Amino acid sequence: MIRLTVNGAPRALDLPGGTRLSAALRETLGLTGTKIGCDAGDCGACTVLIDGAQACACLTPLGQCEGARVETVEGLAATPEGRALIARFHAAGAAQCGICTPGMLVAATELLRANPAPSEAEVEAALGGVLCRCTGYRRIIEAVRGAGPAAEPGAVGARLPRLDGAAKLDGSARFGADLAPADALWLKAVRSPHAHARFVLPDIPAFLAAHPGIRAVLTARDVPGRNGYGIYPHIKDQPVFAEGEALYRGDAVAALVGAREAVERAELPVAWTPLPARHDPEAALGGPPLHAAFPDNVLAEGLVRRGDPEAAFAAAAHVAEGAFRTSFVEHAYIEPEAGFARRIGERIEIWCATQAPAMDREEVAGVLGLPLEAVRIIPSHCGGGFGGKLDAGMQPMLAVAAWVLDHPVRAVWSRPESMAASTKRHPARIAARAACDAEGRLLALDFEGLYDTGAYASWGPTVAGRVPVHATGPYRVPHVRARARAVFTHQPPSGAFRGFGVPQAAVAQEALYDRLADACGMDRLEFRILNALTPGDVTATGQRLAHSVGQRECLEALRPRWAALRAEAARRNAAGGPWRHGVGVAGMWYGIGNTGMSNPSEMRLILGADGRLSFRNGAVDIGQGSATVLAQIVAEALGLPVVAIAQIHGDTALTPDAGKTSASRQTFVSGRAALAAALDLRAKLNGALGWDGARVTVNGEPYAGPGLEGHGRFDPPTVPLDAEGQGTPYATYGFAAQLCALAVDVRLGTVRLERFVAAHDVGRAINPTLVEGQIHGGIAQGIGLALMEEYIPGRTENLHDYLIPSFGDVPPIECILIESPEPLGPYGAKGVGEPALVATAPAILSAIRDATGAQIAHLPALPHRVLEALGHGR
Amino acid sequence: MERTRLGNYWRPATLEAALRILVEQAPRLLAGGTDVYPALTQAAAWGAAPAPALLDLTGIAALRGVTRTGGTWRIGALTPWAVLRDAPPAPGFRALAEAAAQVGGRQIQARGTIGGNLCNASPAADGVPPLLILDAAVELASPRGLRVLPLREFLPGARRTARAADEIVTAILVPVAAAEAPSVFLKLGARAHLVISIAMVAASANGRVAVGACSEVARLWEEGLAPIDDVRASAAYRRAAAEELVARARARLAA
Ligand SMILES: Cc1cc2nc3c(=O)[nH]c(=O)nc-3n(C[C@H](O)[C@H](O)[C@H](O)COP(=O)(O)OP(=O)(O)OC[C@H]3O[C@@H](n4cnc5c(N)ncnc54)[C@H](O)[C@@H]3O)c2cc1C
Ligand code: FES
Ligand code: FES
Repeated sequence: MIRLTVNGAPRALDLPGGTRLSAALRETLGLTGTKIGCDAGDCGACTVLIDGAQACACLTPLGQCEGARVETVEGLAATPEGRALIARFHAAGAAQCGICTPGMLVAATELLRANPAPSEAEVEAALGGVLCRCTGYRRIIEAVRGAGPAAEPGAVGARLPRLDGAAKLDGSARFGADLAPADALWLKAVRSPHAHARFVLPDIPAFLAAHPGIRAVLTARDVPGRNGYGIYPHIKDQPVFAEGEALYRGDAVAALVGAREAVERAELPVAWTPLPARHDPEAALGGPPLHAAFPDNVLAEGLVRRGDPEAAFAAAAHVAEGAFRTSFVEHAYIEPEAGFARRIGERIEIWCATQAPAMDREEVAGVLGLPLEAVRIIPSHCGGGFGGKLDAGMQPMLAVAAWVLDHPVRAVWSRPESMAASTKRHPARIAARAACDAEGRLLALDFEGLYDTGAYASWGPTVAGRVPVHATGPYRVPHVRARARAVFTHQPPSGAFRGFGVPQAAVAQEALYDRLADACGMDRLEFRILNALTPGDVTATGQRLAHSVGQRECLEALRPRWAALRAEAARRNAAGGPWRHGVGVAGMWYGIGNTGMSNPSEMRLILGADGRLSFRNGAVDIGQGSATVLAQIVAEALGLPVVAIAQIHGDTALTPDAGKTSASRQTFVSGRAALAAALDLRAKLNGALGWDGARVTVNGEPYAGPGLEGHGRFDPPTVPLDAEGQGTPYATYGFAAQLCALAVDVRLGTVRLERFVAAHDVGRAINPTLVEGQIHGGIAQGIGLALMEEYIPGRTENLHDYLIPSFGDVPPIECILIESPEPLGPYGAKGVGEPALVATAPAILSAIRDATGAQIAHLPALPHRVLEALGHGR
Repeated sequence: MERTRLGNYWRPATLEAALRILVEQAPRLLAGGTDVYPALTQAAAWGAAPAPALLDLTGIAALRGVTRTGGTWRIGALTPWAVLRDAPPAPGFRALAEAAAQVGGRQIQARGTIGGNLCNASPAADGVPPLLILDAAVELASPRGLRVLPLREFLPGARRTARAADEIVTAILVPVAAAEAPSVFLKLGARAHLVISIAMVAASANGRVAVGACSEVARLWEEGLAPIDDVRASAAYRRAAAEELVARARARLAA
């Protein structure tokens, strides 16, 4: 018996002394506010106070807590000091997905007790052990110091704190691993440790007989429906359980289901025969094929052709060309995949962290061979997605297990498993050429991108399609040939990751434009202003942009800061020393919604006979804030306060299909559908609407009429691309330009970021705090892409060796919001989720080159690569 | 996750009891757990979750803290980084304090121990270079008695120590004279916090310099380096960076 106090209450726990404190808190005491992101000390999500000092609960044996005072987020939330800190986090938007938030609050509490007015550096040092993948840390620092933006009441345009924030801050929000039936069995996937291998499963009845706690070993034979899933209806190529051959390290071949302890302690003796693996897309081109349907291993090709590039290059005054290479990038959401499934008669229900409940529903129905109606997906709070929780990685397996065993089954991927099994950002090899005339006007672009799509299709076709459309960047380029191919290899499947391949392309395009600007003796910012798309311009796909083209405004808004930061860099460089200072700039554009295809969203708003308003919102909020933004839109349209709007969220049984949370589409597409639903309902009501605190009022009287429904649907108008890549791929685009000021230590190759200035045309900022939150978080991920993130199967499979930006890696960020209204969008709004990231890495590389002359062509720009590039620099 | 429900676990209050359990049960030794638990997680990810018996040394108060007896500083093996960070007992311990401030985050510093850092024997262990320049020795206890090994003998290679199966590291011993001159520590990694060193250097005003993460075990500068290519950096880079860090550390001491 181990005695301790937890949040002031004495507890006696009859658990082995080696039990991790995190497990004791969560499982035995039900205190699930303490989160688990890695079980290895790397993420700090499990931070608690032990006798007042920060500790990782995942590394602390319960035995060491004998007689100790343990405090968790639940305890802090019940104190005045905790509530004050929580209020500051809430107002500042310091919690996005919320999975890191309990750890942040706990770490901040230790600091504030000793030092009520900490400096920025003191906050960074004290909270440095907790990672956040969403916020970019700046708003957390501000919240701890009491310096964040203030909350504002109101609807569209107000800095309204996120509506789902309170639960994320007091530890009560339930994420994927925080809820499951008490009797749920555990599932553990058995995965290939080899990039490519044939395998033979052991004698399963004999294995079961030797492992009494294990109920079943599930394999391909147990899948009742189609043993395959995948994003595209015609390419369901990823098996729930591989059959005979595994195609990447992490490919699932079976699953053990049973009592937790038994499942965890067992190892299925699979006989592996490693086969030659192709790790390189260039080597994989032409076969032998990974999948018979793709004989040359080319999963998909996107092509855009316009004008006569060859003639334009021949006539151009200046040509720049280069080859660029990026690495696998892991989403590294702090919440690994988790959830449970249960069978209810001939129906199945799944609770899980997801970005795409409607798509999960289709996958599960397909895998189980059930009609759609028999499947219900209930999204949990989602501890970060960024594209990685669009694929149904865990759901099919859970569904098969619960169905076959007719018993609830749960699973939580470990961090190494999450990293090995889940999708990644496509590594890209890009060869590109660009040309301009003597006055700096862009003439031509030739872009060839080879994208490593890994072992299964996932979102590869989307990436191959999106990249060439965006390859010019947000500039007028009359002559274009841009091609991207997604190529199968024995690597982890590359999927969707904030920007769908566009951030990689932007690295190439912006680097070439810098060089062209230099070649014609122009300022790099002015070069971009000269070439920026403006209303009336025609893009490489032949689309005439009529409205909401704020690229030029974004770039122009940077002028004063550009001049000031460049002057400062020059001044500091004059002082000498190993640090060389530079300023970089990059532009970006990003099509909102799916490329040249229908992607509707539907919203329902129900006014009950009891006067209550129920908003059936199927758009999952993965931390980006759609639950809040959509409510603000509805509130504005109805003239009601947001508190009047009770939301039902994501549950496929209760909400219509809003489409997936991806492609930066929820504000634009679902926002517009929500607006339509609100206007539809409004049209059914006569008189002035109000809210008496419990019910909607009409002309001051509580509503007592019949139940009414407002229905809204929006599908952005697009025209599919033809064989030459001509068409209208997107109804609207986000535009942005970012500046980066930094210093490079030319003797060590290290980069110290000093400042970002980010100007984003978002159409209309429905909630400026949330928009800025996306920009901050996008920049943080752009920093990771540029400077440190490189996933290597088998070698960087944890958050120790795979580095994402920590406190101190994200410098101050100035946001400039440009509002060039989009007539199709709700109150003029577009999207910002992905645009936030695209310009960051190119701006960093531009600044490194400005500081040192070194052109980085291989990302991430780890110190040794920077030093190497410096050797070939000026 | 939340995989490890460990069975046998002992947390004795005395060294004698600990040594007895060690001999009888052959458990894994546990101090702050900041290396032990991550290793269990990694192992569980690709196979059966291990469930080792654990002998937790943190209940032995005598193994914690820094004291001076005669000409020797004695750092208890169970002393956490936070103590070394906040209260360096002599100018020569400044490098160790600066290293401690950069090991993991506050969570790791509060619980991870200097003894665990040495016993884990990572090539990138930040505790080793600051102790090498202090001419430190490692004290080990077993039922057979005490012995003391120079730190360099205690660490024969990457992930290897000279500890016998029945031994517990009880202290790190530093000659008082070696700790009189001030020292500095420079660490190079690819991000601001929670980063494993690409290279690190400890240097003393008395002229001793040691370099870590550039060979299987940290070395004194005059012994030369033997860096490797890995995911964090190339060998050539490590060599160049170490040279630069050494120059900077010397410059800082001279300033
Ligand atoms: C997020 C994170 C960041 C980290 N950052 C750094 C870093 O920057 N630099 C760095 O050097 N390390 C770092 N580490 C590694 C680790 O924290 C240190 O090595 C720490 O000092 C280990 O001490 P411990 O007490 O936790 O050891 P434990 O994990 O308890 O034990 C480590 C090993 O030593 C053995 N052992 C422990 N004590 C004794 C003893 N007295 N006698 C015999 N054997 C013993 C154990 O059996 C085990 O094999 C980090 C770890 C994490 C999780
Ligand atoms: S779960 Fe403990 S540090 Fe990540
Ligand atoms: S809010 Fe920090 S990880 Fe999502």
